[in-house]
Amino acid sequence: MDLKLKIWRQANQNSKGELKDYAIKNVSADSSFLEMMDQLNEELIDKGDDPVVFDHDCREGICGMCSLHINGEPHGPENATTTCQLHMRKFKDGDTIFIEPWRARAFPVIKDLSVDRGAFDRIIEAGGYVNVNTSGNTLDANAIPVPKADADEAFNAATCIGCGACVAACPNASAMLFVSAKVSQLALLPQGKVEAKDRVLHMVNQMDLEGFGNCSNVGACAEECPKEISLENIARMNREYLGASLTSTK
Amino acid sequence: MSLTGLFLISFLIVHLLGNLQLLDLSVEGQEKFNAYAKFMTTFPLIKIVSYLLYFSILFHAVDGIYLAMQNRKARPERYRSWKPNRNSIWASRNMGLLGTIILVFIVLHMSQFWYVMHWGEIGTDSQGNKNLAAVVIKTYQDGSAGMIMVLLYVLSMAAIAFHLWHGFASAFQTFGLNHKRYTPAIKKLGYAFSVIVPLLYAIIPVFILMAKN
Ligand code: HEM
Ligand code: SF4
Ligand code: FES
Repeated sequence: MDLKLKIWRQANQNSKGELKDYAIKNVSADSSFLEMMDQLNEELIDKGDDPVVFDHDCREGICGMCSLHINGEPHGPENATTTCQLHMRKFKDGDTIFIEPWRARAFPVIKDLSVDRGAFDRIIEAGGYVNVNTSGNTLDANAIPVPKADADEAFNAATCIGCGACVAACPNASAMLFVSAKVSQLALLPQGKVEAKDRVLHMVNQMDLEGFGNCSNVGACAEECPKEISLENIARMNREYLGASLTSTK
Repeated sequence: MSLTGLFLISFLIVHLLGNLQLLDLSVEGQEKFNAYAKFMTTFPLIKIVSYLLYFSILFHAVDGIYLAMQNRKARPERYRSWKPNRNSIWASRNMGLLGTIILVFIVLHMSQFWYVMHWGEIGTDSQGNKNLAAVVIKTYQDGSAGMIMVLLYVLSMAAIAFHLWHGFASAFQTFGLNHKRYTPAIKKLGYAFSVIVPLLYAIIPVFILMAKN
C-alpha cells in the first residue's frame, strides 16, 4: 500500500519542531508499524537525508521502549497494543498518518520522535523497590504466603512496561497510572509492606517534582495503556498516600 | 477538590428541597417559603454551615482553576493530531470550563437573592418576614429580562449536570474508593444525580415564568 506520512521532525530539545510530509510506496500490509518506519529511513538514507529518530528495542511488546503518537492516539488506533506490535493492515491504502512524539513537559524531545523518559527512572529510584537481604541467607520467596487474589493483582500491576503512553494520552500529562502501578505491585505484597509509607510519599513527591500534571480522573490513560493497567491502581495509590500522609511520623 | 466537591453536592440537595417550595405560588406557599428563608439566614447552626459553604466554593474554585492551569503547563507543545474522544468523555476534560460557568452563575445568583436578602431593599409579607419569594418571582417574570434570566439559569444547570456527570464518581476515586462491586453502583448513582437534580432546579424558574400567564 501507498501512504502519506506527517512526521514530527525536531533537531534537539531546544529547537522548534514541525510536521514534515513524506510519501511512502509499496508498504506490506503484513509489516509492523516500526518496519514501515525502517523502510522509510532506508529510503531517506539512500537519498542522503537525515533518517527519522524513533525509540524501539524488543519489538515484541514487552520492553516499553517504543512510543509514537499515531493519528491522535498513543501507540496508534489498536487497543492494548504497543507500536511495535501494531500492523500496517490496520491502515488503508492512501491513508494519511500523523506521527508525533509523546508530548509532556516532563518528557523533553531528544530528537524527532524520541523523548527522554528519565523522569520515570527517577520516580523508581525515589522508592519503587524493596530492600531485600541478599547477603547469603536470602529467604525463598515462596516461603511467604500470599493470597492468590493479591498475587494476581500485584502481577497485573507489574505488567506495566513503563512506556509512558499514559502520560502521552492524559490531557493533563499526568503520570499517575504509571506511578500507581509501580506503587501497587509492591504495596499488595508482604515484602513491600515494610517500606510502603515512605515509598508512596517519595514516589509521588518525585512525580510532582518532574513536572507532570495532576490527575483529574479522566481515564484516558487506562484506555490507551498497552498493558491495560486499571484505574483501581490509582485509587489504591490515593488510599496509600492519604494513609501515609496522615500517619507518617517523619 | 473531592472533599469540597462532595460537600457542594450535599448542599445541592438541601438547597433544592428548599427551592422546590416555590412550586407552590399561592400566598400561603410564598409565606411558607419566606419563613423558611428567614430560618435559613438566622438559625445559628445553619449560619456555621453557610460559612463552611462559602469557604468551600472559594477553595474549590481557586484550587480547581489553579490545578487546571498547572495541567495546561504540563504539556507546553500541543498535539497536531489529537483524538481524545476515543479515550475519554468531553465533560471530564473540561471541568475547568464547566466550573467557571458555574462560578459566574453563582455570583449572579447570589447577587440577585443572597445579597438582596441580607442587605438589599426588600419588602415584607403579611407575617412580617422579608418577602424573598416576591423578589424571586419578579426576577423570572420580568418581561424579556426575566426570560434571559430563566435561560441563563437553565444553561447553568446544564453546566452543573456535565460537571457532575464526571465529578460525582471522580470524587470517590480521588478518595481511593474504587471497588469492583461498589464503583459501578456509584457511577450509576452519579449519572442519575447529575441529570435529575439540575433538571429539578431548572424546572423551578421555568415554572415561575410560565405561571405568569
Ligand atoms: C455546584 C457547584 C459545584 C459542585 C457540586 C462541584 C463538584 C465537583 C466534584 C464532585 C468534583 C470532583 C472532585 C474530584 O474528582 O476530586 C469537581 C471537580 C472540579 N471542579 Fe467542581 N463543583 C462545583 C463548582 C465548581 C466551580 C465554581 C469551579 C471553578 C471555577 C469548579 C471547578 C472544578 C474543577 C477544575 C474540577 C476538576 C479538579 C480535579 O479533579 O483536578 N467546580 N467539582
Ligand atoms: S501504565 Fe500502561 S501506559 Fe503507563 S507506562 Fe505502564 S504500560 Fe505504559
Ligand atoms: S519495542 Fe519493546 S515494547 Fe515495543
